Amino acid sequence: MKKKDNILKRLANKAYEFGFVSKIKTDIIESGLNEDTVRLISSKKNEPDWLLEIRLQAYRHWLTLEMPQWAHLNIPPIDYQSISYYADPLKKSKENKNKEIDPELMKTFEKLGIPLEERLALSGTAVDAVMDSVSVKTTFKEELKEKGIIFCSMSEAIQEYPDLVRKYLGTVVNYRDNFFAALNTAVFSDGSFVYIPKGVRCPMELSTYFRINAANTGQFERTLIVADDDSYVSYLEGCTAPMRDENQLHAAIVEIIVHDNAEVKYSTVQNWYPGDAEGKGGVYNFVTKRGDCRGHNSKLSWTQVETGSAITWKYPSCILRGDNSQGEFYSVALTNNYQQADTGTKMIHLGKNTRSTIISKGISAGKSQNSYRGLVRVSKNADGARNYSQCDSLLLGDKCGAHTFPYMDIHNNSAVIEHEATTSKISEDQLFYCNQRGIGTEEAIGLIVNGYAKEVLNKLPMEFAIEAQKLLSVSLEGAVG
Amino acid sequence: MENLLEIKNLHATIDGKEILKGINLTVKAGEVHAIMGPNGSGKSTLSNVLVGHPAYTVTEGEVKYKGKNLLELSPEDRSHEGLFLSFQYPVEIPGVSITNFMRAAVNAKRQYLGQEPMNATEFLKMMREKRALVNLDSKLANRSVNEGFSGGEKKRNEIFQMAMLDPTLSILDETDSGLDIDALRIVAEGVNKLKREDTSSIVITHYQRLLDYIKPDIVHVLYNGRIVKTAGPELVMELEERGYDWIKNEN
Amino acid sequence: MGCEQEYINIFDRHRELIDEPCASILNEERAKAIIRFKATGFPDRKDEDWLHTDVAKKFATDYGMNLGRVATAIHGTFTCDVPNLNTYHAYIINDSFQAGENKGKQLPQGVMLGSINDIAADSRDLLGPYYNRLATNGDSIVQFNTAFTQDCLVLYIPKNTVVEDTIQIVTLLQANVDMMSNRRLLIILEENSRASLLLCDHSSLQKQTLSTQVTEIFVGRGASLDLYEIEETSGSNTRLGQLFVRQEQDSCFRHSNITLTNGFTRNRVEVSLEGEGAETHINGLAIGDKEQHIDNRTLVDHKVPRCTSNELYKYILDEQSTGVFAGKMLIRPDAQHSVSEQTNRNLCLTSCAHMYAQPQLEIYADDVKCSHGSTVGQLDGNALFYMQQRGIPAEEARHLLMYAFAGEVIDNIQIEALRDRLHILVEKRFRGELNRCKGCSLCKQ
Repeated sequence: MKKKDNILKRLANKAYEFGFVSKIKTDIIESGLNEDTVRLISSKKNEPDWLLEIRLQAYRHWLTLEMPQWAHLNIPPIDYQSISYYADPLKKSKENKNKEIDPELMKTFEKLGIPLEERLALSGTAVDAVMDSVSVKTTFKEELKEKGIIFCSMSEAIQEYPDLVRKYLGTVVNYRDNFFAALNTAVFSDGSFVYIPKGVRCPMELSTYFRINAANTGQFERTLIVADDDSYVSYLEGCTAPMRDENQLHAAIVEIIVHDNAEVKYSTVQNWYPGDAEGKGGVYNFVTKRGDCRGHNSKLSWTQVETGSAITWKYPSCILRGDNSQGEFYSVALTNNYQQADTGTKMIHLGKNTRSTIISKGISAGKSQNSYRGLVRVSKNADGARNYSQCDSLLLGDKCGAHTFPYMDIHNNSAVIEHEATTSKISEDQLFYCNQRGIGTEEAIGLIVNGYAKEVLNKLPMEFAIEAQKLLSVSLEGAVG
Repeated sequence: MENLLEIKNLHATIDGKEILKGINLTVKAGEVHAIMGPNGSGKSTLSNVLVGHPAYTVTEGEVKYKGKNLLELSPEDRSHEGLFLSFQYPVEIPGVSITNFMRAAVNAKRQYLGQEPMNATEFLKMMREKRALVNLDSKLANRSVNEGFSGGEKKRNEIFQMAMLDPTLSILDETDSGLDIDALRIVAEGVNKLKREDTSSIVITHYQRLLDYIKPDIVHVLYNGRIVKTAGPELVMELEERGYDWIKNEN
Repeated sequence: MGCEQEYINIFDRHRELIDEPCASILNEERAKAIIRFKATGFPDRKDEDWLHTDVAKKFATDYGMNLGRVATAIHGTFTCDVPNLNTYHAYIINDSFQAGENKGKQLPQGVMLGSINDIAADSRDLLGPYYNRLATNGDSIVQFNTAFTQDCLVLYIPKNTVVEDTIQIVTLLQANVDMMSNRRLLIILEENSRASLLLCDHSSLQKQTLSTQVTEIFVGRGASLDLYEIEETSGSNTRLGQLFVRQEQDSCFRHSNITLTNGFTRNRVEVSLEGEGAETHINGLAIGDKEQHIDNRTLVDHKVPRCTSNELYKYILDEQSTGVFAGKMLIRPDAQHSVSEQTNRNLCLTSCAHMYAQPQLEIYADDVKCSHGSTVGQLDGNALFYMQQRGIPAEEARHLLMYAFAGEVIDNIQIEALRDRLHILVEKRFRGELNRCKGCSLCKQ
C-alpha cells in the first residue's frame, strides 16, 4: 500500500513533541562515580549518617556486580564514569533562601502540559515535579496535610520525617536486589514520598512528573509510597526528556508498601525521548518498581503506558504477602523505530487466597523489539492462589519483533494459573472497512491500536487516558509499511 | 435524469485471475438496480472494485461517478463522495466502539466537504435517530464494531452506518444472506426509509426474497463476469421460477 | 570444572580404544566435538536453560562406560509387544545397535536400518551430508555425546518409498554396574517417503544409569515421519535426550514423547522448518511421581513462509515430582504466513509437586498467526463431586479425570494399536501398576 507509506512518512517527520531543552541554570556536579561522589550527594542533601552509610554499602556492593544480560535487549556498553550523578535545576541565590522556582522552569512545565498552579487546582491533582534529579514543587501540600497525608519530595521527607523514611526505605527493594537497584541506592538524588495514614482515602490523584533536562546526567529518583491500614491512594507518574543525541540514563526505584485493607493504584505514562528515527539518542530506562502487599486484603494495581525510551527494562511487581491480597498489572508498551522494550511484571504469591491479573498489550512497529517478560510464582504455602495472564502482541510491519517470555513457577497444588498469548496484525480487511467508511488509513490505524489497548487505557484516570491515547497515535508515526 | 454511475467495459482481476470480463452498466439518480446471478459470477467482485478494494486490479474499462473518474479516487474519497458498500461479511474491529468509529467516519467526511466537525451533542442525537431506523439497540452502539454480533446485528449495523453517512449511491452486497425473515424486513425497511429521489442503490443478491421488499426498477443478470440480461422487475419472478440454468445455457 | 576433567582424561587416555570399532565419520566428528566440550564443560545452573536442572551433578556418579564394546547378550528374548501392531524390530542395547529377529519380514527395497559402523563402509557418501550436521552446534551435552558415541543407528528411507509397518526400536539398558550409554540415531527420509517409528526405552536393572541420546532427523520434500518415544525405564535412570529435525518443503513430522516412568528426564526437541508448507506436530505427555524430574524443552524454528506448527504438552505431577516445560516458537523475519500454536497444560496433584512453565514466543514477522496458552491447576472439584454423587468412588473419579486429561495427547497418536496400548498403559500408570512394564517377557521374568 503505497499511499499508506506516504501518509506515515509525512507523520514520521513530525518531531518528538516534548523534545525541547529548557534554558534553566543547572547545578551539576562533576561526572564520574566514586565514594566521594556518593558522599558529596549525601552532604549536598544534608542527609543523616544512617542514610550515607546505606548509600556507601550499596555503592560497594554495586562495584561487585555486572550489568544483567538476560533481557531480550541489545544494550550498548554504558560508561558509568561519564555520567553526572547530580543535577540541581534550581537557581542558586545566596540571598534567597526560599528556593524560588525559576520562571523558565515554570514555562517548561507549561510546555509539558503540566500546569502547576491554576489548572491543577481545577483538576484536583496534586503534583510533585522532579526535574533532572531534584523535586521542584509540590502543590496542594497544605490541603493534603489537613488529612494527615504526606506528599513531598524525598529530600524533604528525609529531613522532616526521618523515622518514617528509615522504617520503610529499602524494605521492598534492597540495594542487593539488582545492578540498577544498587546504583540507585548509592546515588539517588530525589523523588517523591507519600504516606497515607490509617483510614484515609486520599481525596485527589497524586502526581509526579519526571523530566531529564541537563545533558550527560543520569536521573536516579527514588519513590516511596506507604499506604497504612484501610487507606487508599491513586498515584500518577509522567515522564519526558528532551531530544539529545547522546543517551541519557534513568535508573529509578519505586517502593510501595500496602498495609491491611489498603489499596494503591500506580499509573505511569512514560514518554522519555525514544531516540530519533535512526535510533540515535534516547533514554535508557532501567527501573525497579515493586510493591509489597504486606497487609491482609491489600491491593496494588500497576498501570503503565510505555511509549518512550530507547531501551526499557522494567518489571513493576507485586509481592502478595498478606492473605487475600491482590496484584494487578495492566500494560501497553509501544515501540517504534529502533526502540527496544523488555517489560512485564512479577507476581509473587506468598499469602493465602492471593489473586493476580496481568494484561499486557505490546505494539511493535518500525524496526523495534518488544518483549513481555513476566513471572508468576506461587510459593509452597500460598494456598488458593489465582492468576490470569493475557499477553497480546500487535505487529505493524515486518521489520519489528514481538516476543513473549512468561515464567510460571508453581509450588502449590491448589493454584490455578492461566496464561494466554496471541500475536496479530492489523488486517487489510479492517483497514479497508474503515477506508470504505471514509476513515483514512492513518486515522484507522490510530483507532484500531487504541481499540486494541482499550482494556488497559480504561484503567487509567481520565486525564491520563486521553493523554495516553494521543501518545499512542503520535508514537506510531511511520509505523506501517 | 443524470447518469450517476457509468461503467464501460470494466475488466478486473484478483491474483491474476480475470473475474470481470467487460461490465457495462449505467445507473441514473433515483434508480434502484438489482444485480442477480449464480454464485461465482462476479457480483461481489463488482461491488469491491467499485469501492476500490486493493486486492482487485482493474485491467480495462472506465467508471464514471458523478462525472468523475471513480477509479482514480482513494477508497476513503469514494466514501466521501457518497459511495457506500454494505459488506457481505462486515469485519470485526475489536476494542473500537461503534460510536467512536462513526464519529471518525462522519467527521472525516465533513472535513472533506469543508464542514466543521460535529459537536458531541449533535452527533449523539444523530446516532439516536438513525439507530431507531433499524432498531439497533443502544447497548450495541457501545460495543466494538461487529465484534460478537449475530448475523442480523451485523447487517443492521451496516444499514445504520449507511443512514449515518447518507450516501448517494449505496451498494447492498448480499445484504439478505444470513438473515431470518424478521431481520430481513427490518433491514429492508431501513433501506426503503433512506430512499430519496436523488439517491440510487445497487442491490446484489442471489435470491428474490430481498427484492420483495426493496423493489428494483431494473434487473440485471451477471454471469461469468458479464451482464448477460437486463430487464424490468418481472425478470425477478422469472429467475425465481426457472433458476439460473436457462441463462447459463443461453450463454 | 568438576567431573568434566575425569571424562576428558578418559577420552584422552582411551582415544584409540574409542575409535577402534567405529566408522571414520564418527571419529572425525568426535575430534571436533571434544574440543567444543573441553571449552565449555557441563552447563551450570547460571545458564537459564539449566536453571532447574543441575546436570553436572548427574555426571558425577562413577559410571561404567563400555568403551571396549564388550557384547551384552539380551537376557531372554525381549519384545515389547503392542498387540495388533505389525512392527519391524531392532534393538539398541545400552548404546549398540542389534538387529531384531523379524521372521522373514523384509523392509522395502533400498531401506537401510542398521549400525553406522556397518552402513558407512558402503555408503559413506550417503551419510556424510547428514551425520552430525544438525547436532554440530548443539550444547555441551550434545558435544559430549558426539565425542563418546561409538555406534549410531541409521534408518534411511529412499525416495518415493513407503514403509507401511511401524519400525520399532527397543532401547534397553542392562548392566550389572552403574553405567552410562551414549546413544545416537540418524534418520533420513528422502523425498516423498513415509515411515513411522516407535522408540521404547526400557531398563532391566535397578543400577544407576545415565543415557545421553542424540537423534538427527531429516525429512525430505513431501516426506512424512511419525515418531513416538515412550519412556518406561526405572527411577534410577537419567535420560538426556536431544532431537534435531530438519524439514523440507511440504514435509510432515509428528512427534509424541510419553514419559511414563523414568528417574530424571530432560528432552530437547528442535525442529527447523526450512521448506515452505512444512508441517510439524509435537506432543508430550509427562506423568511424574516420587522424585521424578521431567524437563521438556522445545524450539520450533519457522525459517521460511507458510509453515504450520502445533504443539501440545501435558504434565500430571504427583507426590514430589517436578515438571519443567520450556517451549519456544521462533518466527524468523521472512517466515510470513506462519501458523503456530502451542498449548501446555499441567496438573499438580500434591502440594509437594513443582511445575515450572515457560512458553515463549519470539516473533519477527507480522503476518502470522501465533498463540500459546499455559495453565497450571488441579482436578476440577465440581466434576469430582458430580461423579461421586453418581456413585463413583473418589479415587476412581480422580483416575477418570486424569485419564481424560492425558487422553488429549494420546489421541494425537496416528497408529490406532499404539493409541490403544498407551491408553491402557497410562491407566495402569495411574493405578500404580506400572512400576515395571509387564508388556514384555523380560519384565515378566
